[in-house]
Amino acid sequence: MDKKAVNFGYIVTRDRQIDFDANDHTISRIVANAEPSLNLCISCGTCSATCSAAQFTDFSLRKIILLLRRDEIKSLEKEISKCMLCGKCQLVCPRNVSTRNLIIQISKALTTVHP
Amino acid sequence: MTFDLFVLPFFIGLLFLVAVLVIKYSRWIALMDAPDRVKAGMALFSVNLLKSLREVFLESLLHRKMFKRNALLGYMHMSFALGWFLLIVMGNLESRIYSGGHINPPYYPIFLKFFIHDKRVLPFEIFTLPGFFRFTMDLLLLYVLSGLVLALFKRTRSKWFGLKRTTKHNSFDRWALTSLWLIFPMRLLAESFTAGIYQGGGFLTNTLGSFFALILPVQYLAYPAWWAYSTMLGVFFVTLPWSRFMHIPTEIVLIFLRNAGIEPGKYPGSFSEIEIRSCPRCGVCIDVCQMNQVGLTGSTAVYFIRSLRDKQPDISLNANCMMCGRCLEACPVGIDTLGLRVGARNVDNKILASDFSYLPARQETEKNVDVVYFAGCMGHLTPAVKRAMLQIFEAAGINYTFLDEDGSICCGRPLKLAGMKDAALKLVAENTSKIKRTNAKILVTSCPICYKVFNNDYKLDGMQVMHHSVFIDKLVEDKKLTLNPLGIKTVYHDPCELGRGSGIYEQPRHVLKQISEVAGVTEERANALCCGGSIGELNMSATQRNVIRDNALNVLCEPNPDILVTACPLCKKTFGPGSGTPVLDIAELVAESMNQEKPALKSKTIVEV
Repeated sequence: MDKKAVNFGYIVTRDRQIDFDANDHTISRIVANAEPSLNLCISCGTCSATCSAAQFTDFSLRKIILLLRRDEIKSLEKEISKCMLCGKCQLVCPRNVSTRNLIIQISKALTTVHP
Repeated sequence: MTFDLFVLPFFIGLLFLVAVLVIKYSRWIALMDAPDRVKAGMALFSVNLLKSLREVFLESLLHRKMFKRNALLGYMHMSFALGWFLLIVMGNLESRIYSGGHINPPYYPIFLKFFIHDKRVLPFEIFTLPGFFRFTMDLLLLYVLSGLVLALFKRTRSKWFGLKRTTKHNSFDRWALTSLWLIFPMRLLAESFTAGIYQGGGFLTNTLGSFFALILPVQYLAYPAWWAYSTMLGVFFVTLPWSRFMHIPTEIVLIFLRNAGIEPGKYPGSFSEIEIRSCPRCGVCIDVCQMNQVGLTGSTAVYFIRSLRDKQPDISLNANCMMCGRCLEACPVGIDTLGLRVGARNVDNKILASDFSYLPARQETEKNVDVVYFAGCMGHLTPAVKRAMLQIFEAAGINYTFLDEDGSICCGRPLKLAGMKDAALKLVAENTSKIKRTNAKILVTSCPICYKVFNNDYKLDGMQVMHHSVFIDKLVEDKKLTLNPLGIKTVYHDPCELGRGSGIYEQPRHVLKQISEVAGVTEERANALCCGGSIGELNMSATQRNVIRDNALNVLCEPNPDILVTACPLCKKTFGPGSGTPVLDIAELVAESMNQEKPALKSKTIVEV
């Protein structure tokens, strides 16, 4: 039974399991093949810190890469469409990931594999 | 006798060529946008036509831009174009004398020496020199043949012609080229043999003919030679519409349409079809392309345009371009390579629609300022530039507002260059309304990328767009800023989007000259190198970018400057990590110069060293 929750200003997220083996790896493999520098990412978050779009919304390239690596494709589509492609992330990335091409390749893979 | 069977290959080829050209051109004209068609029609009856004819004469016949690049290369192209053109004109005049001024069938002037063996002084020539036409026609043939000899040398000695690399032609182009090359030697042989039989001809054909008559049975060889000459012309005409030589007729159409004021860069469209076919694949764009430095030679403008013409553009190859515009600057035909590439990227792109609904709702508050400052994404990435600009605004007492102080909405140019036009337009609309609400008279931006798109794609109701280097120059001219010499040597790097992209070369140099000694480098202004950080490029790895950056730095730091100055935050950010010389934006240096209390920059750099 659902009780109306009291708002304490924070929420407790439910337990969640990611079954990596059950997920579809197609997209992440296509993207890694098209932009191999994806594999260099250390998830440091510098990209998200400098992001132009992130000034206005909770957009984060770090999160996108995390979702991609876990093959959680469903949330990807909504996230990726927020990017303005300005290229700041590419200039600050300490691992020299080609972030702009990465975004484009994810977008392309999403439209071509599951249209 | 004014007809012989051997003229048929030429005649049929010519009719075929004319038919194909008429069909192709009328289809393109029919597919043109209505306003463009009206523009083109109007231009037919205005001074534009004279301007176009002048340009056709200078570029298509004289090959002026080719001469500017290399004298030998220019001479080679001119001898083919002008030489052949004059052969046709003079041949026609000569043939008219025999037909009593009537227009002849097209093959008659071409094969005149087969039909007429006249050694008299022609009536017209009494006023000039006896044998004028015989002499001139031989001289012109010799002129074209001299170009042919150079063209043969160019195959192995392209460096003499200022080309390190030449175009790799496909087999079809080689066929067309071979037939073109054979036309003139065949004409020489045919005319010489005939001259040998009848003791006619001018200084060249007569001499050769007499010689051949001594050692060869010329009376048997002449007729086959005329057949061979006619066949080569026929083959060339039939292959022309599908070979690179389609540029010969199409470039004339292109010049005319361009002067009529039709905007390039609409791909796909009939104007771009004409542009694509105007590419002669001369290969001038190959050497200037910096992608060569990292072995990415497949996407050079010439090959990219060929892939468009073959209707097989390669998406990933097309992404390999920094959009620096060096090929556009070098192109003797003036084809808008960048517009075509962006257009092709747009067509290729199968990506998700962008969604910027998260951007903050538009505020209703209106401002009333003189100047609105837009740092841009890259401006925010180089806070020193931003700070320097604010200092300059304060010092000059400008009534300004900092539009993107709390974060930039990207200007849209990166999306546009990546071929995502619809997404770009959303950002353009967003920024336009923000900018307009300031009611400012001048929009100043620190980023040349923003500057270019503000100028070209934004409709700001007469608001003046200025790059900060131009604005600073204006402040200094208006005596609102006083600059003090810093006693240092600088080199100015022209950012692609500001220099070639927007034609701003002088204002930044004018400012710099007042505060430092500006040293020149080998490749500057329109020939300036790209820093390698380009947002137009999508595929290149960071390592490859660094190679291009380092090569550019080698050129820029050749005069050993104290400071390498640029006017683009992206260039600064790119050069910074690879440069032994400090890299500063022009705004930073100006802020340094107007601030007398602070220690001069020179001492600071010495400490750093």
